[in-house]
Amino acid sequence: MTAVKRIPKDQIAIEGLTGDAAIAHALKQCDLDVLAAYPITPQTIIVEDYQKFAANGEVHCRVIPVESEHSAMSACIGASAVGARVATASASAGLALMWEILYCAASMRMPIIFTVANRALSGPINIHNDWSDTYGARDSGFIQIYTQSCQEAYDTTIMAFKIAEDHKVLLPIMVCIDGFILSHNVERVEMLPTKAVENFLGVREPFIKLDPDNPITMGPLALTDYYFEFKEQQERAMEAVPEVFAQVETDFEKMTGRRYGMFEEYRTDDAEIIIFTHSTPGGTAKATVDVLREKGEKVGVLRLRMFRPFPTKEIVEVVKNAKAVIVFEKCRSFGAPSNPLALELRTALYDLEKRPMVVDFVIGLGGRDCPPTTIVEGYEKTKEYLKKGKAPLYETMGVRK
Amino acid sequence: MSEKYNEIPMAGNIIEPGNATKYKTGGWRAQRPIHTDETCLWVKNGTCGLCWIYCPDNSVKLIEKDGKYIYEFDLEYCKGCGICANQCPTDSIRMENE
Amino acid sequence: MTEPAALKLKDMLKKPEILTSGHRMCAGCAAPTIVKLMGMALRGPTIVCEVTGCLEVATTIYPYTAWKLPWIHVAFENAAAVASGVIEAVDVMREKGRWSKEHVDVIAIGGDGGTFDIGFGAISGMLERGHDIVYMCYDNGAYQNTGIQRSGGTFPGQETTTSWAGKVSPGKEQRKKPLAEIVAAHRTPYVATVNPYHHRDFITKFRKALEVEGPAFIHAFSPCPRGWRSQTGKSMELAKLAMEVGLHPLYEIFNGTEYKMSGPSRRLKELRPLDDYWKTQGQFKHLFKPEWADFKKSLQEQVNDDWEILKKKCGIE
Repeated sequence: MTAVKRIPKDQIAIEGLTGDAAIAHALKQCDLDVLAAYPITPQTIIVEDYQKFAANGEVHCRVIPVESEHSAMSACIGASAVGARVATASASAGLALMWEILYCAASMRMPIIFTVANRALSGPINIHNDWSDTYGARDSGFIQIYTQSCQEAYDTTIMAFKIAEDHKVLLPIMVCIDGFILSHNVERVEMLPTKAVENFLGVREPFIKLDPDNPITMGPLALTDYYFEFKEQQERAMEAVPEVFAQVETDFEKMTGRRYGMFEEYRTDDAEIIIFTHSTPGGTAKATVDVLREKGEKVGVLRLRMFRPFPTKEIVEVVKNAKAVIVFEKCRSFGAPSNPLALELRTALYDLEKRPMVVDFVIGLGGRDCPPTTIVEGYEKTKEYLKKGKAPLYETMGVRK
Repeated sequence: MSEKYNEIPMAGNIIEPGNATKYKTGGWRAQRPIHTDETCLWVKNGTCGLCWIYCPDNSVKLIEKDGKYIYEFDLEYCKGCGICANQCPTDSIRMENE
Repeated sequence: MTEPAALKLKDMLKKPEILTSGHRMCAGCAAPTIVKLMGMALRGPTIVCEVTGCLEVATTIYPYTAWKLPWIHVAFENAAAVASGVIEAVDVMREKGRWSKEHVDVIAIGGDGGTFDIGFGAISGMLERGHDIVYMCYDNGAYQNTGIQRSGGTFPGQETTTSWAGKVSPGKEQRKKPLAEIVAAHRTPYVATVNPYHHRDFITKFRKALEVEGPAFIHAFSPCPRGWRSQTGKSMELAKLAMEVGLHPLYEIFNGTEYKMSGPSRRLKELRPLDDYWKTQGQFKHLFKPEWADFKKSLQEQVNDDWEILKKKCGIE
C-alpha cells in the first residue's frame, strides 16, 4: 500500500445522501468481490442502490440475491472463506434469522462487513428504530460500531474493511445506523475518489483460505478438548481491535481530516453529569447539552461508537469523576436488572472506589420519538436522584403507564 | 491435546489434509476379514476389486507388484463391517471373530 | 486440463483418494463409499461444502480430518448457500486475477435431514439462482446423527425415535418427500438418483452432474446399519435391494422435463415385493405384525403406483 495522503478538496464529491445511500456508496468504492443480501426495511436501499451500481457495471462484484438472511450470511462465509472481500446488510428480523450464522462468521474468523439499519424486533412487527437487534447479537463475536451521521456511516463502512481484514483481527464487523432516523434521512456527505478508497484499503490478503493447492478443513467438530481454546483465540482477536482501529483511523484522518475514535467526548471535561448513549440519540444529546450548558449546567455527552469490543478502561477514565452518568438506550433486556448499555457501564465502573451514579433510561422502543425533551427529562430526574443519593436500576421513559 | 490457544491454527482450521489416518479405527472391530488368494479375481488376473470399491474405510489394499497381484487388508483401520465378504462374487472373504 | 472419471478398476486405483481411513463413520455406513465414488468422478480442483450431519461430524473431529479436498462446514441448513458464495467468489476473483485455477468444481453435500428438511430453502434458492454447483444428498432415511429421528426422507412404515411403531402407530405414516422431482421442477439442468452398489452408474452420473452448466443434483441412497438395524455387511446389498423394490429407483431428469430410467432400474422385469426389503431391517419389523397387514398392503400399492408413474414419465410401457 502506498502512503496515505490528504485528498484535495476538488477531488471530493459532495452529495446529499441518506444513511443507506451513503453506505451503498461506500460499499461501491470498497471493491467488493461478493455482496449477498436479502431485502428488509429499513436497510433495503443499501442493497437496491448497490444492485443498481452492479446493473450499470459500476462495480466488479457478484451480487447474490439470496432467498433469506440466513443464506445471506452463509454465502458471505463461503465467499470470505475463499478469500473474497464480502459484505451484507440487514436489520431486525433479518438479523435475527442470521443469528446462528453470525456466530459461525465470527468464530470462523471471516472479515465480513455487515451494515445494519437498527430496527425493533417483532412482535408486534414494527419497522422503526431501536437497538434490540444488534444488542441481542452483542455476544456473537462481531465487532460493533454505531454511527451517528451519514458521513460517519460512509467513513466507518470504508474503515471497517481495513480493520476486519487485518490479520491481527480477522473478525466480522457490524456497522450500525439508526433505522429511518439515519437510514432514510438525507445529509451532506463528502465522498472520496474511488481510487483513494482502493488505495487506502488495498486488496484483501486472506490469512488462510479454501484452496485446492492447499486443501484445509474449515469448520470441523471441536469438542471438550479444543473448543475452549478457539474461544480464547477469538477473545484475543477482540483485544487486538483497539490498536488496529486506532491505526486505521490515523490513516483515514491523514486522507480526510476526519477521525471518530471508539467514542466521542462532548463537553465532558468539567461535566458533573455525563450522558452516555450512541447513534442518533448521541446527536440529540449533544444539541440538548448545548442548551443546558447555556443555562449553566455542567453536563456533557459520551457518545459511544464501539460497543464491541467495549472500551472499558477508556470510558472509565472519562466518567470516573462525574457525579452521575445517564444512560439512554433503545433496548430492554426483559427480566434483567438493567439493560445492555448500562450493564456494560456498571460492570466497567464497579471496581472503582468512588463511582458515579448510573441512571439507566430505556427510550424509543419501536421508534418512539426521543426529542430533546426526553434528554432534559432524564437529566432533571438524575439531578433529583443525586439529591436523594439513590436511583432505580433502570426506568422506561416515553411509554404510557 | 496439550496445546495452548496460540499453538493451534486459527478457528479450528485443520491444515494437514487427511491426518485422520493418525486415528486408528481397527480397534472397533469385532470380526476380521480373512481372505483366500486361490479364488480371488484380483489375485488371479487383476480384475473385480468390488471389495476395494465398496470398503468404506479404505482397508482393502490391492497391490500390483512385478506383474503380480497382491491382496492385503489394512487392519489398522478395518472396522470389520463385512461389506467386502458380503459382496465378494467368489466368496474369497469370510469374517471371523476377533 | 480436466482429468477423466475413473470407471474401470485400474483407473479407480490410480485416482487420488479424497477421504482417508481413520474417519469415524459407523462400521458398514455407506456414506464413505459414496464419497469415494464421488471422488472417482472428479475432473480437477474441487471445493466441498458440507452441512452438519454424520458425514461432517465423523470425518472432521478436531484435530483430525479425513478430507483431502478443501472442505468447509458452517451449519446444518446452509451448504447450498455457502457453496453459492464459494462459486461466485471464485469466479469473480478469477476475473480480477486473484484466483489462478482455470476451473474449480464446487460440491455441496448434505444428509436427508439437511437436504429434505432444514436446508431445503437454501437449496431451492441455489437452484433458482442457477449457480454452477453439484449438490449431493446422501440419504440415510432419518436424522441418524442425532439418534435416528424421522425426516422428510424417512419412508412410510419406518420406525424412528420420533416415529415409533406402537400399539396405535405403524411408524412413520406419511409419504417420503419426492425430492429429486421437486429439485427437477426448478428446471434444474441435471438431476439423478444413484446408489453406491451400482458404482459405475453412480460415477457416470456424478460426472455428468459436474459437467453440466448450472446446478445439478445427485440423490444418493445411503444405507445406515446403526439406524436401520441392519447387518453392517449388507449395506451395498440393501442399496441394490432398495432399487429392486422400487423405493429408490435409478433415473435421470434433464432440464426438469426429460426423464430417463437408468439401466439397473430399466432392466427390472418387475419390482420385488417390499417385504423382501423390510425383512432385512429392524426398523420395519413391526410391519409384519398382523395389525399392520392393511397398512403394509397400502404401502406396496403406493410404491407400485409410483413405479408405474415413473415408468410412464420415462417413456417405458
